[in-house]
Amino acid sequence: MLSIRNLEVAIGDKKILNGINLEVKAGEVHAIMGPNGSGKSTLASVLAGRSDYEVLSGEVELFGKNLLELSPEERAGEGLFLAFQYPVEIPGVSNTNFLKAAVNAIRKYRGLNPLDAVNFLKQMKEKMKLVSIDQSLLSRSLNEGFSGGEKKRNEIFQMAMLEPKLAILDETDSGLDIDALRIVSHGVNTLKNKDNAVILVTHYQRLLDYIVPDYVHVLYKGRIVKSGTKELALELEEKGYDWIKEENAVLA
Amino acid sequence: MDFKENIITHFDTFKKKANSPANIGEIRESALNKFAKLDVPTPKHEEWKYTNLKNLLNKVYYLGNEVAITTSNTDKYASFVNQYDEQEANILVFVNGEYVPTLSHIISPSSELIITNLSYAYREHSEAIDQHFSKYAAYEKEAFVALNTAFAHEGAFIHVPNKTEVKLPVILHFIADAHATDVICHPRNLIIVGKNSSVTVIEHFNSTNTPFSTLTNTVTEVYVAENAYCEHYKIQTEESNASQISTIQAVVQRDGRFNNTTVSLSGKLIRNNLNIKLNGENCDVYMNGLCAITGSTLVDNHTAVDHAMPNSQSNELYKSLLDEKSSGIFNGKIFVRQDAQKTNAYQSNRNILLSPTAKANAKPQLEIWADDVKCSHGCTIGALDEEPLFYLRSRGIGEIEARAMLIFAFADDILERIKYEPVRQYAEKIIAQRLGMEE
Repeated sequence: MLSIRNLEVAIGDKKILNGINLEVKAGEVHAIMGPNGSGKSTLASVLAGRSDYEVLSGEVELFGKNLLELSPEERAGEGLFLAFQYPVEIPGVSNTNFLKAAVNAIRKYRGLNPLDAVNFLKQMKEKMKLVSIDQSLLSRSLNEGFSGGEKKRNEIFQMAMLEPKLAILDETDSGLDIDALRIVSHGVNTLKNKDNAVILVTHYQRLLDYIVPDYVHVLYKGRIVKSGTKELALELEEKGYDWIKEENAVLA
Repeated sequence: MDFKENIITHFDTFKKKANSPANIGEIRESALNKFAKLDVPTPKHEEWKYTNLKNLLNKVYYLGNEVAITTSNTDKYASFVNQYDEQEANILVFVNGEYVPTLSHIISPSSELIITNLSYAYREHSEAIDQHFSKYAAYEKEAFVALNTAFAHEGAFIHVPNKTEVKLPVILHFIADAHATDVICHPRNLIIVGKNSSVTVIEHFNSTNTPFSTLTNTVTEVYVAENAYCEHYKIQTEESNASQISTIQAVVQRDGRFNNTTVSLSGKLIRNNLNIKLNGENCDVYMNGLCAITGSTLVDNHTAVDHAMPNSQSNELYKSLLDEKSSGIFNGKIFVRQDAQKTNAYQSNRNILLSPTAKANAKPQLEIWADDVKCSHGCTIGALDEEPLFYLRSRGIGEIEARAMLIFAFADDILERIKYEPVRQYAEKIIAQRLGMEE
């Protein structure tokens, strides 16, 4: 599904990613962990098409298409979804109108007719239950005045509505209390199937108790320095990141 | 012949034709003398630094009442009058500043609302005229207020008696129609809201698109008595041949409320002066402004709120969306006098430049003499935020649509403050159409 080969990325003069290689297949859950500043969020942002970054070299393919040539909205149309680490507050744009515009833009990209109001509302009601999101939040402006937990739930709600092929969750667990974490994880697990894939970008192993990854990758100084299974995450939880740093002192 | 000389030559004929009562005649003469002595503003005047009137003042204008509009041909104005989807309203129509009774209609009963052409009120409502006319808009220092006062003859006289809620709004349509020459007109309105009363007044400015220029120099005086409430809108949708210098002077008495929302969407050059004096305790004032312009339109909003007494509050939010080569100017003054303790005064001005050739100038001015007050002001000028744009696009929404959604939301923050639905919908529709949004 997703194939990243030797990706190098900079912001201004500063190189953040130093050659990332990653293969994600349908039905898989990958966790990307690493200390602060290792490049986790940069990787998520570059995949979603944020323009502040300069891709120096490498290739990224989604279903065989060159992802880096596509605009953010085309990437969404192709089935990519980024759950933002810091969802943006947009005053004056109602959550519902926004979702309707998004759902129908993606349908249009895929050559489907727009959903009519009835079917849209029906779908919305169904997916709301999944993340226990309240109707009143949806009539409000997008993320405006939402609590941290509400914003993250709203991200997963959008994911449910847009049904992406590849979802990248950028530190969706950060700052969530345990109840919110359960709700968010339940949402992601329910949406998970053999045809889609999830990349969890996280600092903490805690999330992986709820969403169990097939693979765990450790990102350090812009490289994946270690890959393993969920046991690797437990090891990181126990020992912290220092041993990773020591093992890779040569990169420093 | 320069602007001033030209205008003054029209005065004698105008005066004779107007044939107003002696007291009005005296005010006229006095205002004309002031106008003759005052300098017509140039960018050297601090208050006109960014607004150059040169291209307006080099024309040879005729007065509105010198330009015949045939009453049989008022059909062409009907489209301006029927712009709102209103159910019922009191409507007064002025073409080139002259009252057009055939297009106007007044529904509210006279027990609820006295509403007439100003020249009629000079004679028939002389008590209210003596008490309020030209008492608030000072012409001693302002050339254009002096000019308007010298030629003040037609316009709306609106008087709400005490303890009366006027249920239907008053819509004033000012249409500038320079069909044969360049035209200057001087609409003059007086709004008196009695104690414990309320009224909604809309001033809407339009022009016909002709090769000639119009300059509408208007003054509205508003008196809000104790515990009264005036909801006031100014909507400016003129053509690119039409300019406007427009002054609102409001005085609010104890427990009174005055809300103004000014929406400037098109025209050539617009200068709005909004001056509000809070003359009693516990007054509440809102000043909202949206300027959304394109082409080479210039809109200059000067606001001044004068807190003269304690425990009052003013809230101001002015926003502008400046596209192409347009210019937006904001100057917001807040005075808090020594007696005006416990004043709350908030001011915010936000400008978005939608093109590299658009310009914004902003100047907040706070002058605070009391020591126990809450005042704040904030001002931003910049392009549309990238972060929300990326967020929307990352959800599949195309760039053009995403920008439209954000720009509309920015504008609607002001428009949704318009409580009279048909006006709000009218303005929203114009913005949405410009952005190519579907209904």
